[in-house]
Amino acid sequence: MSLEFNNEQITEFKRLVARYPEGKQKSALLPVLHLAQDSFGGWLPTEAMDYVAVLLNIEPIEVYEVATFYSMYNLKPVGKFVFEVCQTGPCMISGSENIIAYIQQQLAIKPGETTKDGIFTLKLVECLGACGYAPMMQVGKIYREHLTKEKVDAIIAEYRMQVAAQN
Amino acid sequence: MGVKLLLEKANVPGIRTYDVYRREGGYSAAEKALKEMSIEAIVEEVKKSGLRGRGGAGFPAGMKWSFIAKPEGVPRHLVCNADESEPGTFKDRYLMEFLPHLLLEGLLISSFALGSNDTYIYIRGEYAWVADILEEAIQEATKNGWLGKNILGTGFDCMIHVHLGAGAYICGEETALIESLEGKRGNPRIKPPFPAIQGLWLRPTVVNNVETLAAVVPIIKMGGDEYAKIGVGRSTGTKLISACGNINKPGVYEIDMTISVEDFIYSDEYCGGIANGKKLKACIPGGSSVPILPANLLLKTAKGETRYMNYESLSDGGFATGSMMGSGGFIILDEDQCIVKNTLTLARFYRHESCGQCSPCREGTGWMEKILQKIESGKGEVSDIDLLWDIQRKIEGNTICPLGDAAAWPVAAAIRHFRDEFEWHINNRELSQTSNFGLQHYADPIHVPA
Repeated sequence: MSLEFNNEQITEFKRLVARYPEGKQKSALLPVLHLAQDSFGGWLPTEAMDYVAVLLNIEPIEVYEVATFYSMYNLKPVGKFVFEVCQTGPCMISGSENIIAYIQQQLAIKPGETTKDGIFTLKLVECLGACGYAPMMQVGKIYREHLTKEKVDAIIAEYRMQVAAQN
Repeated sequence: MGVKLLLEKANVPGIRTYDVYRREGGYSAAEKALKEMSIEAIVEEVKKSGLRGRGGAGFPAGMKWSFIAKPEGVPRHLVCNADESEPGTFKDRYLMEFLPHLLLEGLLISSFALGSNDTYIYIRGEYAWVADILEEAIQEATKNGWLGKNILGTGFDCMIHVHLGAGAYICGEETALIESLEGKRGNPRIKPPFPAIQGLWLRPTVVNNVETLAAVVPIIKMGGDEYAKIGVGRSTGTKLISACGNINKPGVYEIDMTISVEDFIYSDEYCGGIANGKKLKACIPGGSSVPILPANLLLKTAKGETRYMNYESLSDGGFATGSMMGSGGFIILDEDQCIVKNTLTLARFYRHESCGQCSPCREGTGWMEKILQKIESGKGEVSDIDLLWDIQRKIEGNTICPLGDAAAWPVAAAIRHFRDEFEWHINNRELSQTSNFGLQHYADPIHVPA
């Protein structure tokens, strides 16, 4: 995969930078890193961070220190679908531990790991602001709430079918 | 039914779109403010309303506005804090998801009052889909002349920009949020200077919570004096409460702050009682940072008076026997919940979210998590409880930002009110791995309304 934005992505990059005053383009760093991660396969290799540094006219270290600070940037390759399961207090008292254990069992991976077929990654995260709809997880942009074992089964099957349809 | 000022129209079909919002009377407050009122008059109404910051600190919003510096030729900025991340809190998400134009209208009036031509909504990265809803609403508002150049012919220009965060609780702290908005790590700044003097790009900046800014709309509509008549004492207006945990009806509720805690938990209009017919054990009434209260101190103050859902009543008794309104994240724990385990998950959260600048917080949060893990897994010593107490005391007040306090308070309150449960865990190492302390804490079982 080429580590440069295509035309469409460059347009989006320009739209993001235009939100901030002249000379304050560094402010666009967080949104631009999101764009890079989405464009380059769900994670940020060093080359991607260096590329963003060039685009924003800042030092690479300014990108590295930000990318390592925020939990949403993946610094290692991840699967096509990342299950980010909330484990904080309100989800815990609503049974998130059972859900996490069930996902581990169904996918045969531990938190932080990716399935051998490269489809799923399991990531444990802290509060996502869905405490009233617990237990929950985020997959991509979508919140999957009120999780039960049956729902987890259905979600896994749904994504497997998506992948099969693409192949 | 209580008074509803923010969520009154939340269930109107299509209220998320500009057309329906406008048809339902939307943007009439903005029209009134921009066309008929002076900047001073708007600020005065907000001051008179008694509106307090809804993000957690409860600082008077009008007063915060009046601090903003106005040096000649330097742009000023309003920043909306939509980094809602306090465990138990999901009210701002609800407001933005269902009533995006209400927030935009509040932002427009507030931007006008503060002289902000470029206003930013800093929204947590995980709410990316909510950011999409806001972007769409901004496009609609711009198309209809409520944002952009020379709004309503007043000569006032205003654009609202959505800025996506990337997963960091600390960015809810206003100076960390500003750092993050500048494209840096979310390390809080040393104050002073306060953002009102030197904030975003060292320009005068006001940072307000989503709910606070939305509340400006009804304040302008009805006038500050009328708004202040709702509620009680210094708890004026309405407050959004996000209720979760072991209750029948988790969700976001708008209350007028005169309702008792007991009615809020047990009435069908709100939480609908404890789920599965269980008994109430404890509650964290204002987001995970505020002190946990055992059921008896939650429903009644130490003086035996009824406790109400407002700023003063929830903090009655100080930290010894009270708690805080905080962000309105209302977490209920039933009789099956383990206080040690609950405290451990919160300690882990704060360890994960510490930015690492101040050693008491960076080191202390890690130690607290480890010690709690040790107790939870049946390897604790009685002296560990005192060690925990000692560590939290050394974090509190010794850090640049309030995250240190936020990490210390839950541990302190858990030990203060549930020391017997910690001791039981330590003295019953094997039993504690298979069963819970339950309600043994209470000499008198907690009453459950019929």
